[in-house]
Order: sequence, then structure tokens, then C-alpha cells
Amino acid sequence: MEYFVQQLINGLTLGSIYGLIAIGYTMVYGIIGMINFAHGDVFMVGSFIGLLLFLMIGLTAATPLVVIILALIGVLIVAMALTAVWGWTIERLAYRPLRGSFRLAPLITAIGMSIVLTNLVQIAQGARVKNLPPDIKDRLAGGFTVLRGADGFDAVVSYRQLVIVGVTVTLMAFFTWLITSTSLGRAQRACEQDRTMAALTGVDVDRTISITFVIGAALAAVAGVMFLVYYGAIDFYIGFVAGIKAFTAAVLGGIGSLPGAMLGGLLIGLIEVFWAGYVGSEYKDVAAFSILALVLIFRPEGLLGRPEIEKV
Amino acid sequence: MTRPLLSLRGVETFYGKVQALRGVDLDVRAGEIATIIGANGAGKTTLMMTICGTPRARHGQIEFDGQDITRLATHRIMHLRIAHSPEGRRIFPRMTVLENLQMGALLNPERDQTFDSDLKRAFELFPILERRQGQRGGTLSGGEQQMLAIARALMGRPKLLLLDEPSLGLAPLIVRQIFEVIRELNAREGLTVFLVEQNAYHALRLAHRGYVMVNGKITLSGTGAELLAREEIRAAYLEGGRH
Repeated sequence: MEYFVQQLINGLTLGSIYGLIAIGYTMVYGIIGMINFAHGDVFMVGSFIGLLLFLMIGLTAATPLVVIILALIGVLIVAMALTAVWGWTIERLAYRPLRGSFRLAPLITAIGMSIVLTNLVQIAQGARVKNLPPDIKDRLAGGFTVLRGADGFDAVVSYRQLVIVGVTVTLMAFFTWLITSTSLGRAQRACEQDRTMAALTGVDVDRTISITFVIGAALAAVAGVMFLVYYGAIDFYIGFVAGIKAFTAAVLGGIGSLPGAMLGGLLIGLIEVFWAGYVGSEYKDVAAFSILALVLIFRPEGLLGRPEIEKV
Repeated sequence: MTRPLLSLRGVETFYGKVQALRGVDLDVRAGEIATIIGANGAGKTTLMMTICGTPRARHGQIEFDGQDITRLATHRIMHLRIAHSPEGRRIFPRMTVLENLQMGALLNPERDQTFDSDLKRAFELFPILERRQGQRGGTLSGGEQQMLAIARALMGRPKLLLLDEPSLGLAPLIVRQIFEVIRELNAREGLTVFLVEQNAYHALRLAHRGYVMVNGKITLSGTGAELLAREEIRAAYLEGGRH
């Protein structure tokens, strides 16, 4: 039982990170019908920006926990802002000039963009694994015991897991409110449903699409910083696997659906962790992707997606 | 004579290589109802959309309120207070009726102050919408969607209202109701309306000025009553159209 609870906690944490990335895929797909394959690498860039910020602040083992938490919040905000600039620039340079061209063009550009970002970071930061200073990592590793096991194994929630789940829940609540209840959110949904009509009601469609990329990149940056804090080590290649997992999550939940992306992220995280915990970690990715294959066969619109119906 | 609110000179629009408008000249004056009638495929809808800049006119000039809008981005054109209730209604299907109306209010820079009273007026004009306000646009009937499209356009307090085929596919009773609303808004509030209609009889009776479009060109123009009286119009557009 303790073991099960521990896996559940770990799965939810990992799933939160996937969910945050998945939102970027799903929002961009919703508004321009394109899979932004560079999104995983935006997550990686966000993670590196977070790492550089932590190093610049220069925390030590003597820093009180409160200061570390405040520093984490500061890093999150600055990383979100800087990564958002990357997201905006990518859309402006690589995708907007291709709007109105044939469907595959932006998709291929996205793959190219992904390669560019990977290599850029490899050149700028080196190919080796970068570590979060152990001072920060160890300080956030402590936690609460949730369930005490008879055989000495306790289920524990660590501070960083609390931070990750807490931040994810807060951001999800905020962005759900943004999409459902503000005029920006309405403009986004209008562009999603009928871009021409949105322009006819006075919506600046290009600007709205830019904002969507900015939001997606900011959330990917949060996921990047969380990933950094959780694992303590990153390299230029983390965007690939995390990106594919998050993309899987978005499809699993129903691409285009915001709650679907979150649900898909949590499911992929749980499947991965439980498979690793009970079966073996060699095939955890196979497990996650097999579920995707099954969903695509039996429920191609995803768990919370709308079925594609041709309207007349 | 005052300057027209909207004027088109030599406007030509293409879809790829196919020319849809072949040099259109027309004027709509402030405070009048103008209509354009013509057969299917004559280019009426293209004309409406060209005014909004989507598609863009390849040649010619479009002026609105003294400003050249030929090359302006669509959302900027609309913000000069042109509201469009387009062909096929184009309600946002997964937004509620209320949200659709909020979208329409975007054109009005004073919407924060006027939204509540504008909403009340929209519900007075089309009471059914008030009962449906929480429902998704896509679940409304055709007639209700048409009313919503017009109400959405009015929420922006436009200087010029473009109406593309408001009677399409609707029961005669609803058509009469919609035309009555248009007439009232024009008479009471001086709203300028530019109307595209297949139902030529209704349109010409309502309009101060009418244009006839054939094959992407304006072939005839005059007051509504003049056009209604002409033999060739009666033969081409009004046979059996009296209902």
C-alpha cells in the first residue's frame, strides 16, 4: 500500500510536468491546426534559462529554506518571461510567414526549428549533463511522510513534489479562467472556431496567435524549471523525449482540449511511473505509447476531444 | 450632396485566376438602406467580403467614412465601425449566445459602459435570444442563428451594417420579422445598412437604393421603387418571388 501511494505521488508529479507541456501543444493545435514540434525544445530552453538563473543567484547550503522558495518563484517568473520571448520569436520568424501556405510547410519548419534549438543549446551550453547545485536540490528534497509502512518503507511527499503539483494546479486554474472568462480567451476561442469571422468581429488574429505561442512557451518554461528542480540534471536533449511524451498526452486527452491535455499528462505520468514501479523501467515508454496506440484505434478524438464532424 | 459613407470605384477581386468582381462602382450614403440583388454566383457575397478586406481587392479603391480602406487589415477595417452579418451566419458554434454577443461588442470602444444597455436592446429586438443566452451557438435553429448574427453585428454599434442574405433558408414569418427590425433600426436610429438579398422583392421594397449585379458587374441602379417597377427586373428576379 505504501508503495502504491508513493508511486501515485510520483506519477502525479511527473504527470503535472507533462500536462504543462501538453497545454502548449494543444493550444497551438487548436488555434492554427499545427503540431508545433519545436515545443519540446522550448521546454528545454526554459529549463536551461532556469538553470542559468539559479546559478546567477548563487544559493548556498546556508541559505534559509524561505529564501530558496522565494528564489524559485523569482526564477519561475523570469524564466517564463524569457522563454515567452523565444516562443514569440519562433512564431514570428518561422511560422507566420508560412500562414496560408500548404499544411505541411509549417510542420516541416517546426521540425527544423526543433533541430535549430537543440543544436543552439548544445553549442552554447555544451553537450554534457548540467546539474542544479546540490545545495538547492538537497534542500528541496525533504518532505512529509504520508503513510508509514510496517516494513520500514514510508510513502513520502517531498517539498519539490508539493511545489510542482501546487504550481501546476494554480496555473491550470488561472489559465482555465483566462480562456473561459476573459476577452482574450474569447478572442482565442473565436480564432479557433472561425478565423475569418473572428477578424470580422475585429479580433487581431495574428496578435492572438502570437499570444497563444507566448502562453504555451511560458507554461513550457514552468515545466522546464520544475523538471530541473525534480531531477536536478538536464541536457540539451531533454526536449525530445519530454516533447513526445507531452504530445502523446495531448493526443490522449483529445488534441485541442485544455482539460484533455492536463488529464492526458497525468495519465501518461501515472502509466509511466506505475509501469516502472511494478513491471520494470526498461519498457515504461513502450507502455505509455501503447496506450496512445490503443486510444488512437478505439477513440481517435481522444478522451475529452470532440469527434470531427463535417458540418454542412 | 454629402459624401457617401461607403464608396467603391473600379473594384476587382480574384479567387486565384478566376475574376469574381469586374470593376464595381457603388455608393452607400449615411442613413440609407442600400441593397444589391442578383443571381447566385453573381459576386454579391464576394463584394461584401471585399469591403472587409478578405479577400482583398486586386484593383480599384474602397473608401469608408473618408478613409481609404482598400489595403487595411480586416480587423482594422471593422474597427472603423463596420459590422458584418455574413453569409451562412458564421455563429461561433462552441460559444454561448452571450459570448457571441460579447464578440460583437468588440467594435465598440465604449463597450464597458454600454454593454448592458446594448444587450438589453438586442434581447428586446430578438426575445428568443434572451431565453437562449446560456446555450451554445451551434445548438440554435437556423432562424435563431440568423437573429444572433444580426444581434451580434448590432452589439458593436456600427456606422455601417453589412447584411448578407439574412433571409436564407428561413420561414417567411421570420424573414418578415427580420426585415421589420432592419427597417425600424434604420428609421429610428438612422443606421446605415447595406443588404445583399436573393429575395429581391423584399429587398427592393425595403431599400432606398438598389443595385443589380450580373457576373461581377453592376448593371443597373436606382431607387428601390424604380427598380421594382422595371420590366426586366420583374422578369429576371421577381417571377413568383412575391411572398
